[in-house]
Amino acid sequence: MNKHIRKHETDLLWRDREDVAVLTFNLNGETFAIEATVVQEILDLLPETRVPGAKAFLGGVINFRGKVIPLADIRLAFGMEAGEATIDSRIIVVQLDIDGEPCLVGIRTDKVYEVTTLAQASSEPPPSIGMRWRADFIDCLVKRNGEFIIVPNLKKIFSVDVTPTGMLFTG
Amino acid sequence: MNLMDPVQVFRMEAAELFVVIEEGLLDLLGDLSNQAQIDAVFRGLHTLKGSGSMFGFEALAAFTHHCETAFDRVRKGEVPATAELVAAVLEAQDHMKALVDTPNGDHEATGNGLLAKLQAAVGAKAAQGCVVAAPLPAAVAGTSSAAAPAATRWRLRFRLPVNAMANGTNPLGLLDELADLGDCTIKADTSAIPSLDAIEPDDLHIGWTVELTTTQPQPRAAIEDVFIFVMDDMEMVLEEVSSAPAPAVASAPTPALAPTSVALPLADAAPSEPARAVNTAPAIADAKQTKPAAENVRVPAERLDELMDRVGELVIAQSRLSQLAGVSADIQLRSVSEDVERLSGELRDTMMVLRMVPVGSLFGRFRRLVHDLARETGKEIELVTEGETTEVDKTVIERLADPLVHLVRNSIDHGLEMPEDRLASGKARAGRVTLSARQAGGEVIITIRDDGRGIDRERVRAKAEASGLIQPGQMLLDQELLQLILQPGFSTAAQITSLSGRGVGMDVVKKTVEALRGVIDMQSTPGEGSEISLRIPLTLAIIDGLLVRVGTGSYVIPLSAVEECLELSAEEDLRSRGRSFISLRDHLVPFLRLRELFRTGTPPDRYQKMVVISTGNERVGLVVDQIIGDHQTVIKAMSKLHHDVVTFSGATILGDGNVALILDVTHLVTVGQQQEAQLRAAG
Repeated sequence: MNKHIRKHETDLLWRDREDVAVLTFNLNGETFAIEATVVQEILDLLPETRVPGAKAFLGGVINFRGKVIPLADIRLAFGMEAGEATIDSRIIVVQLDIDGEPCLVGIRTDKVYEVTTLAQASSEPPPSIGMRWRADFIDCLVKRNGEFIIVPNLKKIFSVDVTPTGMLFTG
Repeated sequence: MNLMDPVQVFRMEAAELFVVIEEGLLDLLGDLSNQAQIDAVFRGLHTLKGSGSMFGFEALAAFTHHCETAFDRVRKGEVPATAELVAAVLEAQDHMKALVDTPNGDHEATGNGLLAKLQAAVGAKAAQGCVVAAPLPAAVAGTSSAAAPAATRWRLRFRLPVNAMANGTNPLGLLDELADLGDCTIKADTSAIPSLDAIEPDDLHIGWTVELTTTQPQPRAAIEDVFIFVMDDMEMVLEEVSSAPAPAVASAPTPALAPTSVALPLADAAPSEPARAVNTAPAIADAKQTKPAAENVRVPAERLDELMDRVGELVIAQSRLSQLAGVSADIQLRSVSEDVERLSGELRDTMMVLRMVPVGSLFGRFRRLVHDLARETGKEIELVTEGETTEVDKTVIERLADPLVHLVRNSIDHGLEMPEDRLASGKARAGRVTLSARQAGGEVIITIRDDGRGIDRERVRAKAEASGLIQPGQMLLDQELLQLILQPGFSTAAQITSLSGRGVGMDVVKKTVEALRGVIDMQSTPGEGSEISLRIPLTLAIIDGLLVRVGTGSYVIPLSAVEECLELSAEEDLRSRGRSFISLRDHLVPFLRLRELFRTGTPPDRYQKMVVISTGNERVGLVVDQIIGDHQTVIKAMSKLHHDVVTFSGATILGDGNVALILDVTHLVTVGQQQEAQLRAAG
């Protein structure tokens, strides 16, 4: 493993593969993609329970088949505006590996497009300047049909090594 | 994944055997003539030896053999059980544990030292036979003819399953073992052998009739022991015949007991057989009934957890069904819904019981601890356990083990006095430590009580002041003062001994108990002793909760923490703004407005309610919009991603499928107390 020193974070998605099946979706007009194998299920919007004191982009939980899983709005992690729910809004349930444990998370989207294949040849690392969003939350950009598809770095976004907030009551 | 590593299985079995052996030994210490315990220890050692050698723990088997031999002699009355012997075997048992854990380690020197002690304990006579560490003799130790009980005659007919040999059973070995028990005549029953073209060379078609004259003290058990590994599948009729010479019939060819289909061809040759086979049938039934085995199934804990999850989901689905049926006019739907409700309720209760184990399994370990501590400290200690049959969730038991060890050590080390001091203060020589468990409502209360000198409040105060936990001269309630012992910064440096200085600290005890949603109560009377009670909820999976509404969200408050509910009148509400205190029967109780904490952003309900919650003696009021009512709650853990949210200990799914969060009472109370302290400081 350690022989391959990562050139950039794109290795997260490609891992020496030529092309990867992804699920593409829309957030505030931008097209995003998540590797298809981590996707568990696509749900219609469910009643959400707010979790007071949680990080803004992880502000709620939903009942996913009897399990209580967090519902994330990665727009807020990127610093985008939260959008209104529409008839096309969906929740994508993904399974992530957080600190070695599988962890289910729901991701709120404005619209889910399709499962498609992205080629590594057309991918590039996120530019370090000129981006509207935090570059370290982006795995890579993939050019397709004249537009860029953003592949978010979910692991980074959900990494739990943030200092416990707990600020709710101690102030 | 389904097949467990056999070595692991053996280790688990060994751990259980150690418990049995240890309990037996400790019981023996109290009553050295207790034959039942001697037998129990012997059986434990015997099984350990047998399983050990079966799983390749040869060193263990060889070592255990010597202890077994010693106990065999005790069992037969050749040597008396003595305290020295029991102590030697107890020590030897620790060595066996080491042999189980690290079978390849270098244990020989320790082992030989222990064996020497053992030999000394059973007397020089035994030493001759045992000092040479001979390879393990597999056969059951022969009978001593010196003290031979009256010989008994037994007739045994048995037939092994057809595939016995394919499964590795060697019938000749069994017959040899029988022959070791005494004089025997063995006859093969070949009636079931099929014709040559139908014969399978690996199958076993032969049954045996054995007439055995034995002087074993417990012949039936000894004979059954021979078949211990094949007992489940075999056919066996074992009967005692009179000591008179066997009737001639017995030597006639014995019939097949229950002819299998392959046995048919030869049946024609012996026309009288079917009738006799019928006669033997009740005997088979009898033989089976005499062994009513309490069967246990070993199940990995995570499978139970999975099952628990499913049951939890079922309960949720069922309550949705009930809601639908409730508004429907369809009688049939309602009746089905009621059935499902009843069934899922029963299923949940059964499920809960599956996870419960008697607390006695936890208490059992302390007898050894106390035994060791008594020797180490020179104190005389009597351990009394009460309520061992109280059942608690297995997880709770496992997690309580370490804290309890610490508390018991503490009691013995700090609480109990030396025998002379006890006599001087008019107490019995032996100090008494009582471990008791009882169930009260949804909680189990585990109490450690000693009749020692009690907690020295002045010393506690001095230490707390020295370590900066309290201000010098700060006024404290007695309970608050005692609880200081549980604080992380409370240093017991002056008192640390080899006993209580090691292991977990009292603050870890507190943390563990709180993690189990329990509380610690302490009482202590100077000169008379101390009592520490751990109040732990019975189960971790389901709690009774009070469902409340704050803004638009539903929250569950664990009912065990709720003291009372009251209405916050409009003027009180107004008056308390800014200071957040309410006077409750002459006590000032700080309260938290959950609406503000949770930033609900909706207008408050006109009549605000307050739920007073407590842990121990600390109380905090929680102001909510509405109290909805009782709710039995299946606890779901919060996602790992929400571990930074400390206000909630978990979540639950309501009947309508929505999620409600469960408030972490301990955290809220701490917040309330902090608020109180701040206000006091400011005022």
